[in-house]
Amino acid sequence: MKRTLPLLLALFAALSARADEVQVAVAANFTGPMQVIAALFERDTGHKASLAFGSTGKFYAQIANGAPFQVLLAADDETPAKLVKEGYAVAGTPFTYAIGKLVLWSTDPKLVDGKGEVLKKGGFKHLALANPKAAPYGAAGLQVMTKLGVAESIKPLLVQGENIAQTHQFVSTGAAELGFVAYSQVIKNGQIGAGSGWLVPGNLYDPIRQDAVILAKGKDKVAAVALMSYLKGDKAKEVIKSFGYELH
Amino acid sequence: MESADLSAVWLTLKLATTVTTLLLVFGTPIAWWLARTRSPLKGIVGAVVALPLVLPPTVLGFYLLVVMGPHGPIGRFTEALGLGLLPFTFPGLVIASVFYSLPFVVQPIQNAFEAIGDRPLEVAATLRASPWDAFWSVAVPLARPGFLSGAILGFAHTVGEFGIVLMIGGNIPDKTRVVSVLIYDHVEALEYTQAHWLAGGMVAFSFLVLLGLYTFNPARQKAL
Repeated sequence: MKRTLPLLLALFAALSARADEVQVAVAANFTGPMQVIAALFERDTGHKASLAFGSTGKFYAQIANGAPFQVLLAADDETPAKLVKEGYAVAGTPFTYAIGKLVLWSTDPKLVDGKGEVLKKGGFKHLALANPKAAPYGAAGLQVMTKLGVAESIKPLLVQGENIAQTHQFVSTGAAELGFVAYSQVIKNGQIGAGSGWLVPGNLYDPIRQDAVILAKGKDKVAAVALMSYLKGDKAKEVIKSFGYELH
Repeated sequence: MESADLSAVWLTLKLATTVTTLLLVFGTPIAWWLARTRSPLKGIVGAVVALPLVLPPTVLGFYLLVVMGPHGPIGRFTEALGLGLLPFTFPGLVIASVFYSLPFVVQPIQNAFEAIGDRPLEVAATLRASPWDAFWSVAVPLARPGFLSGAILGFAHTVGEFGIVLMIGGNIPDKTRVVSVLIYDHVEALEYTQAHWLAGGMVAFSFLVLLGLYTFNPARQKAL
């Protein structure tokens, strides 16, 4: 035992010198693609990416209060900019890793038509939307309804998910007949997988620019820097595109 | 405080009052049965009643969402009755909260009934009191501290509920947006000032409730 302990310690030291771990906070809508990218990243670089999924607003509060995250993949571009301004993130590192697309989606194959006319016609009791105050996809959905002139009539039917993952859950369980979700959540082989949906045209809402940033706790960390450059690489871009995001 | 905050406070009090009343009505027979029965089912019923104590609210919330949704058995039933679906409604929250706060009301009352023992009821019977009469004029007055604890804890626990409401509520103003959810909302939207008002209020409220419980009902302290 006396001899094996230093040996083990040396082994751990050797391992940790090569493979670093990065703590990543990931916006809920990017859950699917990030799981794929993290696996590729680990395979290609030997570093480990430990992922936490949630809403960007919650991550902001946690990061501002000392959460150990080293990289943030936000659902917007405002939060990373704010974190940089307040000194919680490293200046010069934010970049747009994906531009999100919004879908009006239902598990009912007949409910949502290809032009979103259902919003005017009605025939549903609940429409799920991510909290527009905190979630960019929720704000975008609200913008769409305002532009189409249906925001007031639909307002009493709105149910809010605290983030886009919960909003998707409301729709997928059928508790709400339809809802605004991220395209990445319902895409399968390049199209809306199940039920019915309307890929909302980009002119009805401001682009959902999703920025990544290195946080103060990830400054000069090898794995954090490696992950950021991996996100800009072709392999990651391909995954991001396959989940229905646009690239910068 | 803004009007949205006030309406959330009002809704929360309405929910907690409704739930506490329902729990006293339906929880008392359950507590009585659990305290008096020699049935082998006692263990099972007691365990089911206590489940919300150990289950994460997310488990209850998730199952309630599925069961009360359009594909679930309760959802089909309420739709067949023409009542519509329960998620995202105030009655839906009431039902969820009744499950969630059940042990907090049943257990103190059950403990109080058990503490009475057989003797006072036997005496009542020898004085020709019917079981119904004995229950109301002997057992209930003797178990008063248990009822008080149960009511206060059930009320306070419903006020403090968060996870289930988040999962089946849908955050609708005046219907399902209770204080705990609104605090979460404020924090998410970085409105820390408003969050502090409500969160501080919750701390003060909870402290006062427990202070009252311990001050005016010292005998029940051990049961908590």
